[in-house]
Amino acid sequence: MSQIAFWGAVELGLVYAFVALGVFLAFRVLDFPDLTVDGSFPLGAAVTAVLIIAGVNPWLASGVAMVAGAAAGIVTAILNVRFRILNLLASILTMIALFSVNLRVMGKPNVALINADTMLSPFYGLGLRDFYVRPLFVAFLVAVAAVAVWRFLESDAGLAMRATGANARMARAQGVDTSRQIYLGMAMSNALVALGGALFAQTNGFADVTSGVGTIVVGLAAVIIGETLLGSRGILIALAGCVLGSILYRIAIQLALSTDMLGLQASDLNLVTAALVTLALVLPRLRRGGAA
Amino acid sequence: MIKLDNIQVVFGKGTPLEKRALNSVSLIIEEGTFVTVIGSNGAGKSTVLGVLAGDVIPTAGQVTVGNTEVTRKGTAARAGLVARVFQDPLAGSCGALSIEENLALAAKRGENRGLTPALGTKRREHFRERIAELNLGLENRMKDRMDLLSGGQRQAVSLVMATLAGSEVLLLDEHTAALDPGMAEFIMNLTQKIVSERKLTALMVTHSMRQALDFGDRTIMLHAGEVVLDVSGDSRKTLQVEDLIAMFRRIRGQTLDDDALLIG
Repeated sequence: MSQIAFWGAVELGLVYAFVALGVFLAFRVLDFPDLTVDGSFPLGAAVTAVLIIAGVNPWLASGVAMVAGAAAGIVTAILNVRFRILNLLASILTMIALFSVNLRVMGKPNVALINADTMLSPFYGLGLRDFYVRPLFVAFLVAVAAVAVWRFLESDAGLAMRATGANARMARAQGVDTSRQIYLGMAMSNALVALGGALFAQTNGFADVTSGVGTIVVGLAAVIIGETLLGSRGILIALAGCVLGSILYRIAIQLALSTDMLGLQASDLNLVTAALVTLALVLPRLRRGGAA
Repeated sequence: MIKLDNIQVVFGKGTPLEKRALNSVSLIIEEGTFVTVIGSNGAGKSTVLGVLAGDVIPTAGQVTVGNTEVTRKGTAARAGLVARVFQDPLAGSCGALSIEENLALAAKRGENRGLTPALGTKRREHFRERIAELNLGLENRMKDRMDLLSGGQRQAVSLVMATLAGSEVLLLDEHTAALDPGMAEFIMNLTQKIVSERKLTALMVTHSMRQALDFGDRTIMLHAGEVVLDVSGDSRKTLQVEDLIAMFRRIRGQTLDDDALLIG
């Protein structure tokens, strides 16, 4: 694997770290299996790309993308809380709907951002090679997001959200409005995922309506790899695990694809992904089985 | 003061499965009174507790807790007035959170929750002191996950949790039923101590007639959704478990086949 390919994998892993953080909030904190992310990731990319091309400041464009992602999360939450649709099904409905929404937003399946100003533009040409600039910049944003999520989850408000996912009946008895926590958590989760999409568009130079396929699997893979490696010893370690898991996942994929010996090609990506996630899911169980 | 005014609860109204759980129950509980509630399965004990907690919204009647009318308020909306300990030790706390996080959650019962760190130094110290009072050694395990504790330890912590924030009434839903006899006794004595020290108004549902008479200031027996016995003061002091069982038999007009369970 070349140096550029390696740092490219790290960069992609950092972009998807936002997805991992979002998936952690939904799956682990709220216990809400949320497939909305397959739609909110490309939504973030689409909104950012279209706004940047329209001349909007890229930071503002990314902020709007987060709001759009939050709105998508709230739609899923409404379907689940207000209309009592099973959480998984509610998120699939939103995901399917978002495919059309994303096409509407972009007006076509693919928007290129080749010569447009992005959040990263000011940092190119400062002496560091581009393939270092991108992962460094994204790493900084990931750190900010992870610390924000950490501080939140250890606050009174965050504790209410964690209780909602862990024991909703107890949470209500403690005066926590569990419906509101689901709205809030789904909004936060999908805002993070949409920010991931926004950064994906800006680091890769395009937004594509199909780029969301399998986002949930990648996010979940990152969360599980992180848990497998670092265990569950507190929120901060779990969040660090999400980021680390996301990066390692991308490096593993890159390794698998670039090793000629295995004879894999780019189109095998989804198969390799599924195999890796299965492995990540099964390994901890095997290890526990061995210890018992 | 707790006031139930002509409470009726009908489940599945208008369906073939219609069930009248409470049939015009009226009850006034003075502040600082510890009431024990007994009755056979299906008598309406849990429903009374549910009506007070907000889990059950009555079909008719009015519920007042403290000075607030709460008839139509949901569980979360009235949590500031009502503290609870559940029967199932797993139900009253979050297994996935640490002991101190559970306490932090309970300390803010019924209050707005902001972005302040849930476990500042001062709060931590306060929680530690409260847990140390239990003499279970748990003050050295404050960061342990709640699900590492035994059922009895969890109920003891739940009792502390129930008293961290103020309340108008403490609801105890057979909170010793899932424990071994030794632990059940420990929890009952702890309950007694907490209720009397803090002068709490409390309502305890129990299946044990012994417990119902040994603890508290007033005993209520429910049957078929109605209050059939309400004793306090001197008449309660002379009441024996045997009297209660005889009363049970008379009311049901049949021989109880589960005496052994009831005497417990």
